Amino acid sequence: MNPGTNPTATAMSAGLQRGWIEFRQTVTSVGEMMGWLWIPVAALIVMYAVGGAPVAGTNVSLGAQAVPGIIGMNLVFTGLMGLAMGITTDRDDGTLLRARATPNGIVGYLTGKVAGKAAMTVALLVIVLVPAGLMFDGLRIGEPVAWLTLGWVLVLGLLATLPMGAVLGAMFSNAQNLGFLALLIFGLTGISGVFYPLTAMPEWLQWVAQVFPVYWLGLGMRSALLPDAFSAVEIGGSWRHLEMLGVLGAWAVLGLLLAPVLLRRMARRQSGSVVEERRRQVQQYS
Amino acid sequence: MVSVIQTRELRMRYGAADVLTGVDLDVRKGEVLALLGPNGAGKTTTIEILEGFRKRSAGDVSVLGTDPELGDEQWRSRVGVVLQSWRDHSRWRVRELLGHLARFYVPYRAPYDTDELLGLVGLTDRAHAAVAALSGGQRRRLDVAIGLVGRPELLFLDEPTVGFDPEGRREFHELIDGLAALETTILLTTHDLDEAEKLADRIVVLAGGQIVADGTAAELAARISGKGQVGYTLDGQPHQDTVADPTTFVRDLFARHGTAVGDLQVRRPSLADTYLELVHAFETGSHDTAPSALNDMTGAVA
Repeated sequence: MNPGTNPTATAMSAGLQRGWIEFRQTVTSVGEMMGWLWIPVAALIVMYAVGGAPVAGTNVSLGAQAVPGIIGMNLVFTGLMGLAMGITTDRDDGTLLRARATPNGIVGYLTGKVAGKAAMTVALLVIVLVPAGLMFDGLRIGEPVAWLTLGWVLVLGLLATLPMGAVLGAMFSNAQNLGFLALLIFGLTGISGVFYPLTAMPEWLQWVAQVFPVYWLGLGMRSALLPDAFSAVEIGGSWRHLEMLGVLGAWAVLGLLLAPVLLRRMARRQSGSVVEERRRQVQQYS
Repeated sequence: MVSVIQTRELRMRYGAADVLTGVDLDVRKGEVLALLGPNGAGKTTTIEILEGFRKRSAGDVSVLGTDPELGDEQWRSRVGVVLQSWRDHSRWRVRELLGHLARFYVPYRAPYDTDELLGLVGLTDRAHAAVAALSGGQRRRLDVAIGLVGRPELLFLDEPTVGFDPEGRREFHELIDGLAALETTILLTTHDLDEAEKLADRIVVLAGGQIVADGTAAELAARISGKGQVGYTLDGQPHQDTVADPTTFVRDLFARHGTAVGDLQVRRPSLADTYLELVHAFETGSHDTAPSALNDMTGAVA
């Protein structure tokens, strides 16, 4: 072995290169960017059209109230779905098998995948947030403290969604089935207080919503971007940062515990004939 | 001679189906060995077990001195696998992908220089092309380059020319011939006898889950098609004899009858005929009688 070169560190550094290359491929692909952006952009346009009037006694428009929730929803969607889809696609097309045939290739692959998708999630957040800040009145987009809160909520959000994305990617047998997962996230968005306050929902539905990350990331984003007075309409009349830390932290821990086990099991099953079999299935259905 | 690959009584069973029923295989350092057999003979299963991608049911396996099921990343770095690419890394540039994969080998040994390797496989002018833009043959050459980038001691090629047109096939064979100079041990699988003959130093025939013949192309020809048919006329009368040693038979024929012998023809079944017959015998389960099935065959003039 060459002195001074640690194989795992080398693989992780090569993985960061992979993440950068794949991130670059995504952001330079108009089609792929439109695929990720149309949902939040459509939501912003609707909110702009229906919510121009300011909330009584404030300079915050009704539409602006929904913007942080849309940002939070999009974070879950891109982090979770992005990684899950990336992993199932790579398994189906043989990328993962190539990683398996390379020394420490799986470590490098995962480093790259997570880094690339994290970068994409952050980039999409900024791409949506900046025009939203210009379109809507009252978002605290010019205040450093808002960005600080946004920063740690974002990191927590990535920790809660990326490992779970890897888990789901490893569990689903093919990329098509992930459409089901996307529907689930949309459904969840409907009950998670993104477009109207959770307090307006039946209580049992409030409890369901509070189990999942969509609500908590929306709440966290609201705490960063809306004036403090708006916490009054939330459950408990507070931004509940501690509870958010608890729930999102639990998702992060669950994901980080499950992901290595499921990913290792998935990687172990890859071989030339398995990929060949997938290729045959896909060609049959397409 | 050092064995790079050694299997003893290797068995594989999927459910109730026995795919490998006791394979004893030895591959020596530096040789190019073709594992030849019809589809479903267990070639891919064998190579995947040797690559460490599949768990075997029973038997002993050693690849570069290690059981592939227990092979660590250091072991992995010494083994090159030529995978058949399909859509993977389709958006990557050729040189970018090869350079990226080369980095993983640096802790173990100096990998190939990316440009040198692209030159070796004839892809220099495609270095900046997207992988998706390559032709089938170019893509396979990239697969070979990826298999070689870590300077492996042992290279696996599973059915390397499936789906190739004759031209692509010839080009690919030239590429593999060129690799012999690298002193890499190569194990390839193929169902094509011509390919095995062209590329391999030694051919192992796998049929019905076990090895049924083993040797150089010439040895196999001599061993399994040693019998010949001798046709001649004696005083105008046609004769046809199947004999084990046509040379001796003909020498005796002339010694006894001299100029009375006419129209001499010695026919030997070609290696291809023999191979097909052999495989057929094993597939239909009558492999105990396989050698005798070779007796009555005719083929190209020896």
